[in-house]
Amino acid sequence: MSEPIIETDALGRDFSVRDGLRRRTVVAVDDLSLRVEAGESVGYIGANGAGKSTTIKMLTGILVPTRGAARTCGLRPVADRRRLAREVGVVFGQRSQLWWDLSVRESFSILAAIHGLSPERERRRTDELVERLEVGEFLGTAVRQLSLGQRMRAEVAAALLHSPRLVILDEPTIGLDVLSKQRLREFLLAERAAHDTTLLLTTHDMGDVERLCDRVLLVDRGRLVFDGTLTGLSRTVGAQRVLVVDLAEPTPDLAIADTEHLGSEAGGLRQRLAFDPEHTTAARVLAAVTERVEVRDLAVEEPDVEDVVRRVYSARGR
Amino acid sequence: MRTYWRLLLAGIRRQSTYRLAALGGLVANTTFGLLKVAVLFAAVRAAGGQLRGYDVGAMSAYIWLSQGLLGSVNLNGRTDLADRIKDGSVVVDFLRPLDVHAAAITTELGRSLFNLVPRGLPTLAIGVLLVGMDVPHGVTGYALGAAALLLGLVISGATVFLVGACGFWLVETRGLQVFYLVLSGFLAGLFVPISLFPDWLRTTAALTPFPSMLMYPVDLLSGRVVGAAALGLVGQQLVWLVLTLAAGQAMTRAGRHKLEVQGG
Ligand SMILES: Nc1ncnc2c1ncn2[C@@H]1O[C@H](COP(=O)(O)OP(=O)(O)OP(=O)(O)O)[C@@H](O)[C@H]1O
Ligand SMILES: [Mg+2]
Repeated sequence: MSEPIIETDALGRDFSVRDGLRRRTVVAVDDLSLRVEAGESVGYIGANGAGKSTTIKMLTGILVPTRGAARTCGLRPVADRRRLAREVGVVFGQRSQLWWDLSVRESFSILAAIHGLSPERERRRTDELVERLEVGEFLGTAVRQLSLGQRMRAEVAAALLHSPRLVILDEPTIGLDVLSKQRLREFLLAERAAHDTTLLLTTHDMGDVERLCDRVLLVDRGRLVFDGTLTGLSRTVGAQRVLVVDLAEPTPDLAIADTEHLGSEAGGLRQRLAFDPEHTTAARVLAAVTERVEVRDLAVEEPDVEDVVRRVYSARGR
Repeated sequence: MRTYWRLLLAGIRRQSTYRLAALGGLVANTTFGLLKVAVLFAAVRAAGGQLRGYDVGAMSAYIWLSQGLLGSVNLNGRTDLADRIKDGSVVVDFLRPLDVHAAAITTELGRSLFNLVPRGLPTLAIGVLLVGMDVPHGVTGYALGAAALLLGLVISGATVFLVGACGFWLVETRGLQVFYLVLSGFLAGLFVPISLFPDWLRTTAALTPFPSMLMYPVDLLSGRVVGAAALGLVGQQLVWLVLTLAAGQAMTRAGRHKLEVQGG
């Protein structure tokens, strides 16, 4: 097996915070051991304050861990920070890495110089990113005059300018409208397909995870509580799927074994039945319905991931 | 090297976007300069035309050069670094394949160099036209003056960086900045030439990097100090350059381990 692109061993970080007069230790990340292979796309999720950003700062050599060790791209993040910076592209959604008082174009060109790109490579990569992220229309605008959505696109381009192997995005879609989110996700998918980059992203938007990630890591109060697929995550918390049936005639609320009747519309013409995939299947529920009444149309709704995460939090006493 | 050259240019470019601020600074420099003329010329005349080696021409050169450098030599203690530590954007600096210390000083130097144009030269021109002043002697005088000026600007950036870098431990460094503001202007010779200080104060000043930032470049650019004495001042500057840069490197290395990154 090849070397993992991210590997942590019992990684932990404490902060000392003043609480009135006393000082108190906040354990931001604790006993975090994980392994991410090159080419994976990982969603790193968790509630506010769970420790996501702290983890990212340790993985990139910005924060020094209190305990444990990390390796990113085969390098020691703190000791090899500058070499690592050439391999990783990072976007912190709420911070800018562009030069506030300069134009987007100038910012890109300074970054290209910082990363030592040849003029030819700089031009090619800038053109590619400008086109794919639709940055062209405000390339000459001062960064401080951009809208949030425009700036985010420019930020992502800036982080990817040096074609990093590993892309880490800390809330890249924060504050974006639906269309902008959609575009950014499409770009990230295309970028991954084209360059086989590894993606690690934190987000509170489950759409991001659904669309972009094939693996989910869930942290809760600094600890890793789940590592697997999104479907697997839904399963562990017993999230329900929903069968929606359109019936031939108005029907009183259906009572089907192993399902929960969620509601009826149009006088019983459309009914929604929730079921736990661990206990029954969509086919079995459908069969039970057709036994009683003719079904015109049907749809199966996948669990709402936000609901999944909410369940995890509430199950752990949040 | 190309990288830091590009950062220097970026520092210049960034500063160049603030034209109105430059104009405001120029007006302030000139006003304050005329005030210094009134006070210090009176002092020279009261002393019978010669005050500790300063006649009116030398005093005028001192006044307008020191005023002209005010936009370039950082005597207010404020740094980008301090702000960036406080609001957490310093994370971005650590995400780059750069020496954070060298990059900060290079950017600051770019700012300083740019300000020589809209603030330094016009202040000098106003001084020359309104009052007249002494200038360096010959090509070596100018060359040595220019070298001293460049050294002074780097020392200024390197010293004020140390104030900002205290933020790694303290987060809030405004108190230190004020302390720096009060101390640096005085000891750099901004208000009164250092030669006019009493002996003990002159010795104290020489034990700090402040005269290297302003007084020594001014002494050389005005042609007041020449020959071996001039080389001696440049030598002192080189010592301070090495000391302040080494301290900055050490503080950055130690500070990284203290850094907590504010604001999530
Ligand atoms: N500089 C700091 N000083 C003190 N405590 C901090 C600092 N940075 C983070 N913390 C604490 O560490 C914990 C984890 O914070 P972190 O920013 O990693 O959370 P997060 O998962 O990124 O949350 P969010 O979704 O809100 O961004 C929080 O309890 C936070 O208060
Ligand atoms: Mg965060």
